[in-house]
Amino acid sequence: MKVLMKGNEAIAEAAVRAGCRAFFGYPITPQNEIPEYFSRRMPEVGGVFVQAESEVSAINMVYGAAGSGARVMTSSSSPGISLKQEGISYICAAELPCVIVNMVRGGPGLGGILPAQSDYFQAVKGGGHGDYRMLVYGPSTVQEAVDIMYEAFDKADKYRIPVMILGDGVLGQIMEAIELPEMVDIQTIPKKEWATDGTGVGESRRVINTLKIKPEVLEEVNNRLADKYKSLSKHEVRYEQYRTEDAEIIFVAYGTVARISKSAVDTLRDKGIKAGLFRPITLYPFPSDPLLSLSKLRSSKKFLAIELSMGQMVEDVRLAVNGNKPVDFFGKVGGIIITPDDIVNYVIKEK
Amino acid sequence: MDKSIIIAGFGGQGILSLGQMIAYGAIHSNKEVSWLPSYGPEMRGGTSNCSVVISEKPIASPVISSPDCLIAMNKPSMTKFLYSVKKGGLVLVNQSIINDEVARDDVDVIYVDTSNIAEEAGNLKTANIVMLGVLVGKTNIFTKESIENVIGEVFATKPKVIPCNITAFNMGYEIGVKNR
Repeated sequence: MKVLMKGNEAIAEAAVRAGCRAFFGYPITPQNEIPEYFSRRMPEVGGVFVQAESEVSAINMVYGAAGSGARVMTSSSSPGISLKQEGISYICAAELPCVIVNMVRGGPGLGGILPAQSDYFQAVKGGGHGDYRMLVYGPSTVQEAVDIMYEAFDKADKYRIPVMILGDGVLGQIMEAIELPEMVDIQTIPKKEWATDGTGVGESRRVINTLKIKPEVLEEVNNRLADKYKSLSKHEVRYEQYRTEDAEIIFVAYGTVARISKSAVDTLRDKGIKAGLFRPITLYPFPSDPLLSLSKLRSSKKFLAIELSMGQMVEDVRLAVNGNKPVDFFGKVGGIIITPDDIVNYVIKEK
Repeated sequence: MDKSIIIAGFGGQGILSLGQMIAYGAIHSNKEVSWLPSYGPEMRGGTSNCSVVISEKPIASPVISSPDCLIAMNKPSMTKFLYSVKKGGLVLVNQSIINDEVARDDVDVIYVDTSNIAEEAGNLKTANIVMLGVLVGKTNIFTKESIENVIGEVFATKPKVIPCNITAFNMGYEIGVKNR
């Protein structure tokens, strides 16, 4: 039988089942159920839970644990994620795997505690310094968040990069009926030959360092990272299309807003308006090619990016559509959630 | 067929837990369900509400524009949500603290004196469970037995309160059935 779980708790349990045995964090609404859950769960599985003295400290604990080869994660919400940016940049430079959850709340500044999608730029363009990217997912339902979290540690290990789960207050607080995946046997997780776990000695000693004073050395790192990101674009792009085959107006939305938009698609179809939804699941790499293909269809007349922000993802939509069709934007901010009727009314008004 | 319910009242009236009981009922009946709380900086005595969607299919929007059913446990909630209820929808009114008549004639209304019924059932705190009974009795979304099982599970660590909750549920259920 399925279990009823809150998004935050389900994500934490999925991480444990994926073999995560170390969590470092600092409290902030609306993701507090994640550390709360780990504080109870980690001791049961022989893992580590530390409530650090700050977000800066927490992300650097993640840096250290990742360097030693552990499956490690942290979670926070917008202002806390801002504090972690320096650490994230270092982790990217050191090519270490970890998972970071951001249950986004409205900003800038301390902002509010209600749901928002205003950290899209920070997540996909790099909130810290330097030429780096993360693999960023924008799950729409609790089940999808669980499934993505379960895979996230494998992806992080494979590419040796941080993976970010970009949720929002709704995803964290909602309860849904879900199926949890099997517990991974942590003995079966491949050994990390690069980890500074004390096994490399003498000539084969392992070093983790992000200071590359010689330009040729730093250039090599930058090139290697760029190759990884190319590889992500080739292998990791994920998206969903809903009733787009003959759609005249195509919504582009991710996360919670995408599922709200899905209801609006059905309502509009009932009213005789051919609407469809394109839902990016990976926000970086962004699914540009399938969007470009949609924009070349004779049936598609217009795209509408819908976000809980003043318009961030819409820029990537415009780049992908490349002028083939008009791209409009509809958004709400401040923690106010878009309802299906808001979208329906907007479309009818603009028609 | 989707069923969307908004439950609203004061913090401390068991609004969120009433929504959760409905969600557990849905799982027991092998249905898809979402439970979305309002989670502002709220406290006991402040306002509280949650949205529950039950469906045979995976749920698209957990955010409800116009609910099939409103359970209004206090007056501000009634004012806030009454006009969003679908035409032909259902409004359950907590008559114990809402004195006004429902100012719409295109919805089905049941007035329930939850406090008195809850006291009769043996515990004033079961007022929310009385409403659960009315909802299930009226709409038949779940079987009576499935909710009795849910009550047993939810209160498994406090077995003393199970009987009064079952009584409160059944008293509400009868009111729901009478108003079918």
